[in-house]
Amino acid sequence: MTPIPRGRLLFWQVLVAVVALTVWQVGATVPIGGTYLLPKFFFSTPADVGARIWKLFATGSIWKHLWITLTETALAFIIGAVGGVVFGFWFARKPMVAAIFDPYVKMANALPRVVLAPIFMLWLGLGIWSKVALGVTLVFFIVFFNVYQGVKEVSPVVLANARMIGMSERQLFRHVYWPSALSWVFSSLHTSVGFALVGAVVGEYLGAAAGLGYLIHEAEGVFDVAGVFAGMAILAAFVLFIDWIVTKIENRLLVWRPQPAGG
Amino acid sequence: MVSLRVIDTKRDLAPVPAVALEDVSIVYGGTGGPAYEAVAPTSLAVGNAEFVAIVGPTGCGKSTLLNAAAGLLKPAGGSVSVFGQPLAGLNAKAGYLFQQDALMPWKTARDNVAIALEVADRPRAEALEKAQAWLTKVGLAPFADRYPHQLSGGQRKRVGLAQVLIRNPKILLMDEPFGPLDAQTRIIMGGLLLDLWATDRKAVMFVTHDLEEAIALADRVVIMSAGPRARIIGDHAIDLPRPRDVAEIRLEPRFHALHKAIWGQLRAEVLKAYGGTP
Repeated sequence: MTPIPRGRLLFWQVLVAVVALTVWQVGATVPIGGTYLLPKFFFSTPADVGARIWKLFATGSIWKHLWITLTETALAFIIGAVGGVVFGFWFARKPMVAAIFDPYVKMANALPRVVLAPIFMLWLGLGIWSKVALGVTLVFFIVFFNVYQGVKEVSPVVLANARMIGMSERQLFRHVYWPSALSWVFSSLHTSVGFALVGAVVGEYLGAAAGLGYLIHEAEGVFDVAGVFAGMAILAAFVLFIDWIVTKIENRLLVWRPQPAGG
Repeated sequence: MVSLRVIDTKRDLAPVPAVALEDVSIVYGGTGGPAYEAVAPTSLAVGNAEFVAIVGPTGCGKSTLLNAAAGLLKPAGGSVSVFGQPLAGLNAKAGYLFQQDALMPWKTARDNVAIALEVADRPRAEALEKAQAWLTKVGLAPFADRYPHQLSGGQRKRVGLAQVLIRNPKILLMDEPFGPLDAQTRIIMGGLLLDLWATDRKAVMFVTHDLEEAIALADRVVIMSAGPRARIIGDHAIDLPRPRDVAEIRLEPRFHALHKAIWGQLRAEVLKAYGGTP
């Protein structure tokens, strides 16, 4: 496939958005055969949603919610990642421990994390920590499995070579196991940061006093469809922004890795 | 050659080999499955500053023997001694160049070489400086900041060689080190190895399946039989004069005579390894 020129590509991408928004606006405001294709009550209109987003930013009320969600996401990621790294290493280096806990780890990971939300609410209250806890349960397992894999899958030749140049166990940890495990953690950075955000937003949705999830839930509670869509649009932009930062960090830290073809 | 070694005991009058394998046998499995005797009791001594090539058909246990000398593999029977001392654990006097890529992919070429000194508690600045000098010796000075995946197979082998030699090991163990490289690169790498070895002669155990490479490089070529129960079936002194030109020497009549004599023996084993079908 020959690549489409950048300008042309942008044109088509914008066209898709324009067509979708136009269909939405027309369907909601122009009756066809006496009925609205997309009733305003259920679908709102792009113009209203846009106005709502503008208002949220103009009044500055959105910043508090964004900040709360960002804090929850960051805390969930950091705590989950640290826990995952520690336990991943421990299990990978002690096969006995891994064997004993194997069924329990599988069980805990199989559980849909949303059902834990009420428990966390009960234990940790409606503040940010119940959301952080939910995010941690998601992030932990991703990082845990990746670190476990990373330590287990260190090339035996690299390991034998490191031993032959005289590395002690401590030096092997620092120069071989650790970088190998980290590379796996970073390669799953997009997924784990994404899950940290999912944990935060779902937690807020289920019961909170601030955050993007709360904003959406509150709008939904009063049938404020424009508010729901505005919240969703801001959330999507927020996720893209975080993803962009993660990509920047990743490119910096994984400079030693071969780029996938065409990447 | 005059030896300047300090004679410490009376029995130490005869030169002590750098590596001595005595009746070493190697067995795989055994617990819960049928035991596979890869190498039958075998003895081999590699003198100090001697370059010994071990040649044999694929899967004959050449690498296994090398791993026993490195201490990476414990033999089922027999003993390994290094400069007269029985080997326990890893062979600290040996450097090992692996067939596969063994560099740490997350370190640059320079860091990969320097780490070999850093793990011995040498200051980082000194290690980096020496690493750069070694990279220059193997012709990679401009590539010091590259990561392994940014280097060609031959360049990675050069880094590996620098990483092994910077520690100045008394013994060099090489497991088909140039195996994955193309024919021209192999010849160039062979020449580089001989140049480095000529300035500082270490005991070398060089495993290869390429008889021409073995004759061009070594003082002695040892032939192993096809496995299982592989053993040494031939030991040939290579009397080609040094310094040698690895590419040119293949054209000499003496090279051909040696090659013919050794190949006659090796051929039967290679055929055996392929189940008798040529």
